[in-house]
Amino acid sequence: MKSFTYVITDPVGIHARPAGELVNAAQACGADVTIRVGDKSASAKKLIKLMGLGIKQGTEVTVEISGENEETAAAEMEKFFKEHL
Amino acid sequence: MEVFQGKSIFKGVAIGPLLYYGKKETTVRREKIEDTDAEVARYKDAREKSVAQLRQLHDDSVKKVGEENAAIFDVHAMLMEDEDFCEAIENAIRTQNVNAEYAVAVAGENFFKMFAEMEDEYFKARSADMKDISERLIRVLTGEDEKRSFDEPSIIIADDLMPSETVQLDKEKVLAFVTRWGSSNSHTAILARTMNIPALIDIPIREDWNGKLAAVDGHTGTFYLEPDEETLREMEEKRGRDLETRRLLQELKGKKNVSLDGKEINLYANIGGLKDVAAVLSNDGGGVGLFRSEFLYIGRESLPTEEEQFQAYKAVVETMAGKRVIIRTLDIGADKKADYLELEKEDNPALGYRAIRICLTRPDIFKTQLRAIFRASAFGKVAIMYPMITSVEELDKIHTIVAEVKKELTADKIPFKDDVEEGVMIETPAAALISDDLAHKVDFFSIGTNDLTQYTLAMDRQNSRLDVFYNPHHKAILRLIRMTIENGHKGGAWVGICGELGADTTLTETFLRMGVDELSVSPSMILPVRAAIRKSHAYPEKE
Repeated sequence: MKSFTYVITDPVGIHARPAGELVNAAQACGADVTIRVGDKSASAKKLIKLMGLGIKQGTEVTVEISGENEETAAAEMEKFFKEHL
Repeated sequence: MEVFQGKSIFKGVAIGPLLYYGKKETTVRREKIEDTDAEVARYKDAREKSVAQLRQLHDDSVKKVGEENAAIFDVHAMLMEDEDFCEAIENAIRTQNVNAEYAVAVAGENFFKMFAEMEDEYFKARSADMKDISERLIRVLTGEDEKRSFDEPSIIIADDLMPSETVQLDKEKVLAFVTRWGSSNSHTAILARTMNIPALIDIPIREDWNGKLAAVDGHTGTFYLEPDEETLREMEEKRGRDLETRRLLQELKGKKNVSLDGKEINLYANIGGLKDVAAVLSNDGGGVGLFRSEFLYIGRESLPTEEEQFQAYKAVVETMAGKRVIIRTLDIGADKKADYLELEKEDNPALGYRAIRICLTRPDIFKTQLRAIFRASAFGKVAIMYPMITSVEELDKIHTIVAEVKKELTADKIPFKDDVEEGVMIETPAAALISDDLAHKVDFFSIGTNDLTQYTLAMDRQNSRLDVFYNPHHKAILRLIRMTIENGHKGGAWVGICGELGADTTLTETFLRMGVDELSVSPSMILPVRAAIRKSHAYPEKE
């Protein structure tokens, strides 16, 4: 399993639209992606759960990537977070 | 005539007949299903159709409200296909032998509640999205048509409107939206703003109002049912002025604040709180050039806490979404009411214990405010401005306190941006005259022409007997402004004007020629000033 932490800079956090983009990115990368914030976590492929985390700007999240091609998938996800969230 | 007070979502005036937009009561009945496989298949089929509808709706909306706003329907399509949502529905059909409509209604309600119970207003508002998609699925399942048409331009009244309903209404025929529920963060509210349609919420609308004449005043949030003649006349006038502004808006919205010879400046707005931000955005303001923080301190029994202030600043900063917001620290004095500060009555309050003078002698008050402002800086682009500066020493004292605040925030692991711009108001002749020394120590100047004029001319603007002597275009004022701009630029500070003179369009060209970088005016003056800038020459004509 690979993981990285990231502090959300998007002013409204992972709300509807960015969450939708994240789900698309997670699905495209092929591996399993889990977003962890505090003691809560959600699969990055599940939009409702992801929005349910209520991640706001300034929140630190841990992103865990496991499964096939986790190496490249992790790099892709990290790039996505930096560029979009 | 009956008058109701609600909350304005989008400004504007509308007069016309009411059209009640009732929920088509899709009362979902629970039915027992024998062939659950067939029912699941029926659900899946409806889901596919709904998703296709939403994709279509997205493509249609892009033209009406732009990609950014239309994206919500793509998100709806994804919500519709969300694994947990789908599983909850299929599971209910299979294990409880219920019909698809019922399963969707229950699952939709559960997810609705999940969002409705969240703390953050933004996420709370997402509950409406869950409701919207469940209702769409149910409509498809029951084979109902969602579109409704009407011929006469009308004011739509409804308990609540779904984003998909809002965007599908014929824009030409909707005069206004008036609803009982809804929040200013809802997508419907955002869409109403984008579509330029006056909208009110919190009005206790009734179905039997259908067809009656009404007037909507989106400036004040007032709703007049069967308005009397005088009100009608008043509203007609107001609407005329609105149309004129809107015409200007259409013409100038999105245009640069650039002079004929190519000098571009920032055009910002003066605000007193979050309530003014909508006006800033709808008038196409590029930022907030003066956020008066006094409103937080006035009309109450005790000092506002750090948290209260933080929330107030953050709300404005977030809504301005990355555009610069210049917060002026407390500018209060013996003439403004704040009894809990126990300020002594002064014979000459304008020259008295006020603004930064209070802050520097009461560092507890100052620090609380600075902490709140720096905390809000994590949420957008914040700048801080200090009022009533007369000396370099004052500025040095401020910087010492700011450094302490930053150190404490870092120690407390509270996020803030380290590159928050700091500037001073140039509103005393003293500050203007030493602006060369001040410029090296700040990122920007903002010239407060109201006080600068009264201190320079030694004239109280409130005193009507001085009207004959009072000349706001006095050479002395203009010289001080020119001097401040030149000194600012030499010292590496950008210079703005936030007083009333900034909105004086007869001086716009003069200020541009002096090299001003920013003008901050009341929201309603943004477009007139933009028009003036676009007609001006900033540079002398070449020989």
